[in-house]
Amino acid sequence: MTHFILGDLTWAALPHAWYTIGATGTIFVGGIVVMAVITYYKKWKWLWKEWFTSTDPKKIGIMYIVMASVMLFRGGLDAMMIWLQQSISVGNAPGYLGAPSGYLDASHFQQIFTSHGDIMVFFVTMGFFFGLMNLIVPLQIGARDLAFPFLNSLGFWLYVAGAVFINMFFVIGGEFAASGWLSLPPLSEIMYSPGTGVDYWIWSLQLSGLGSLLGGINFIVTIIKMRVKGMTLMKMPLFTWTSLCSMALVVAAFPVLTITTLLLWYDRFFGMHFFTTTAGGNPMLYVNLIWMWGHPEVYILVIPAFGIFSEIVATFSGKKIFGYVSMVCAVICITLLSFMVWLHHFFTMGAGADVDAFFGIMTGIIAIPTAVQIFNWIATMFRGRIRFTTPMMYFMGFVSLFTFGGMAGVLLSIPGADFELHNSLFLVAHFHTMIVSAALFGIFAGITYWFPKIMGFKLNEKIGRRAFWLWIVGFFVSFTPLYILGFMGATRRLDYYATATGYQPFFITAGIGVCIIAAGVLMQVWQVVVSVRERKDNMDTTGDPWDGRTLEWATSSPVPFYDFAKKPEADSRDAFWEMKKRGEWPRATARTEYEDIELSKNTGMAIYLSGFFFLFSFGAVWHIIWLMALGFVGCIACVIIRSFDDDTEYVIPAAEVEKMETLAWKK
Amino acid sequence: MEKMNETNATAAQAAQADRHAFGFWVYLMTDLVIFGVLFAVYYVLKASTFGGPSSNDLFSLSTALTNTIVLLTSSFTCGLATLAARSKKLNQTIAWLAVTFMLGATFLTLELSEFSRFMSAGASWQRSAFLSAFFTLVGTHGLHIAVGLLWIAVAIVQLKVKGLTPSVVSKLDRFTLFWHFLDIVWIFIFTTVYLMGIM
Repeated sequence: MTHFILGDLTWAALPHAWYTIGATGTIFVGGIVVMAVITYYKKWKWLWKEWFTSTDPKKIGIMYIVMASVMLFRGGLDAMMIWLQQSISVGNAPGYLGAPSGYLDASHFQQIFTSHGDIMVFFVTMGFFFGLMNLIVPLQIGARDLAFPFLNSLGFWLYVAGAVFINMFFVIGGEFAASGWLSLPPLSEIMYSPGTGVDYWIWSLQLSGLGSLLGGINFIVTIIKMRVKGMTLMKMPLFTWTSLCSMALVVAAFPVLTITTLLLWYDRFFGMHFFTTTAGGNPMLYVNLIWMWGHPEVYILVIPAFGIFSEIVATFSGKKIFGYVSMVCAVICITLLSFMVWLHHFFTMGAGADVDAFFGIMTGIIAIPTAVQIFNWIATMFRGRIRFTTPMMYFMGFVSLFTFGGMAGVLLSIPGADFELHNSLFLVAHFHTMIVSAALFGIFAGITYWFPKIMGFKLNEKIGRRAFWLWIVGFFVSFTPLYILGFMGATRRLDYYATATGYQPFFITAGIGVCIIAAGVLMQVWQVVVSVRERKDNMDTTGDPWDGRTLEWATSSPVPFYDFAKKPEADSRDAFWEMKKRGEWPRATARTEYEDIELSKNTGMAIYLSGFFFLFSFGAVWHIIWLMALGFVGCIACVIIRSFDDDTEYVIPAAEVEKMETLAWKK
Repeated sequence: MEKMNETNATAAQAAQADRHAFGFWVYLMTDLVIFGVLFAVYYVLKASTFGGPSSNDLFSLSTALTNTIVLLTSSFTCGLATLAARSKKLNQTIAWLAVTFMLGATFLTLELSEFSRFMSAGASWQRSAFLSAFFTLVGTHGLHIAVGLLWIAVAIVQLKVKGLTPSVVSKLDRFTLFWHFLDIVWIFIFTTVYLMGIM
């Protein structure tokens, strides 16, 4: 009976190690403080009505970015813990906190690098990009909403549910997966990972993965079907283009992740034999499948950044982007090629020289379209009138770092070299160079660039530039040693090494670099605080603070909830730039003909649905059958109830729009 | 609150139905990727019987053929339901949907009885990698059919309550896509799993 009610849950699942007690305490105290503040200011109703149930992509976008920022701190803390352990866990050095060496025992260390990877990929980078796309893509194509506002809200709440779920193990269970960010079998099978850590891993990915998939479908339909009059595909802004390509990858690749991790769970839950070492299972099948998703995934993370940088370099060079058509072709090329290189993640599997050679060549080829983009960006700057703003600084940091890391990638694409460097810190340094320079710098640049459009005031430039310098210097200090360590033979995921290896000075240098990056993060926080405090001095009253080129600037800042009072038309690539040249901006004082605007209503259904899926996942982790049934039935009930609701939209009359527009432009 | 004028509203509705249809196609493609992976996994693990029963020992052509005929017929009746909806015949639409439901339920029953026959012969999904892959591939298709049955039930209720409104008809169109899609997947299961498994 107890087993029926609680499944595998016992008292032992409650926190008892220092880190789970610490994290649980932090979660509870933090949660109580936040709730107390909200209650004190009586903001619950406002939060629920204005934010949580909103289907407005701008609000959902902001919520994505807030959530992703929180997760960035969580993932960053993991990174610092990894580096601290690696700096001090050497030779006969004493152990602290009950660890034999350093301050983390091996299993705990493994859990930390696993969650660092998963959090940074699924909940930081993906979260930020979905946020930015929600904010900017509808504006760039002149739409008032996404194609499926409800699905957008659902995607966001599934992402939140996943983000909560990946931290649930602190409170109940006490262990996360210790099997690396992709949890490769046989290690992740029940025989070798009998705890609930891997199940937590699987189900947090199911939750957030489904959210990403819904987002992918939504953006594809939005971009294909909802562009303003005159905007053909080849007139779309490049951020919209790269979003489309990235979302096409999501749609093609994420189902593979969903089903592959589900098969792993079938092995663990039903005793099946897909990837086991017994009864005919094939662990390498999992490795192939997971990388068929995994390699496109890394392009999902960097392709939107290419678009952000394209917008930024054109704006701040005061020129149209160089080689638009080749830019689009390059992105499409990268999108397609990303499906043909997965095997380079395990050249050492033993597929033979021919197979390795094919995938090595395909991998090397990706450098060509990427180089086309790099040259186009540089050519855009050539003879431009460059303004060295913070986004532009991030862009230049990106170009140099990305080229540097990309060459390391070409080196790794040679199977012979890969046999030496496989699973070494050289590889770790390579992909961090790529992801940090493209994805993270792209996100920081994009947020700084579009901040005035969304919030109505600019971020402080001086502090922003300081944060950039801390980031890039910190990056070189922390990752250059890893390249060298890789050549010295240091493998990734080392929780202990001998003094004679001579690794320690490099690890300590890397640790100093992490501290510099952390200072950069603090500087960014400070930047936001100062900017909010001094917002009166940095107000954007024009709607076009940077002398922009694309349609997102053709409305007031902050963007009204209906985006455009009157939908713009696009007859060229830099539609807004042309409008300004024709003297149609700043807005003509002549009266505009306003029209009724139809928008989607708020709904809490997405929250309920994600909640039920969360319960289902929790039941699946702890083998609580009734909870799984409850969650399952709840999800279906939510979908059915929603399908009966035809009254999902409301109309703002033209007169009201006119009133709000006059008010917005009066400032 | 003022209402949008009539022509604008119709145009908006048509655009929305268009978006829904396109979005549903994209969703179907993602589902196809899932089936694609399951097929690939099945082909890879097919020979991994680990000393247990193989496809030749288990599959019976007559069951698979009956299932195929039932499901293909249900696709036909589902098409008839669409035609009836297009010509605004409410009762006929409901009737054909009910027939589709019955055929789908028959298919599911046959499939489950086949599964239980395998299980009682000691060929459970825990026996070998081949059987894990078989149960998962065919079972996933069966799960989709079950979802389809639920969808038909809800659609019939909506037709009764709301009649042939544009929103209900648009949902019905998407159901038809879903049902035909499952048919196509089944044809691949029938040929590459059952036929090639017996030959």
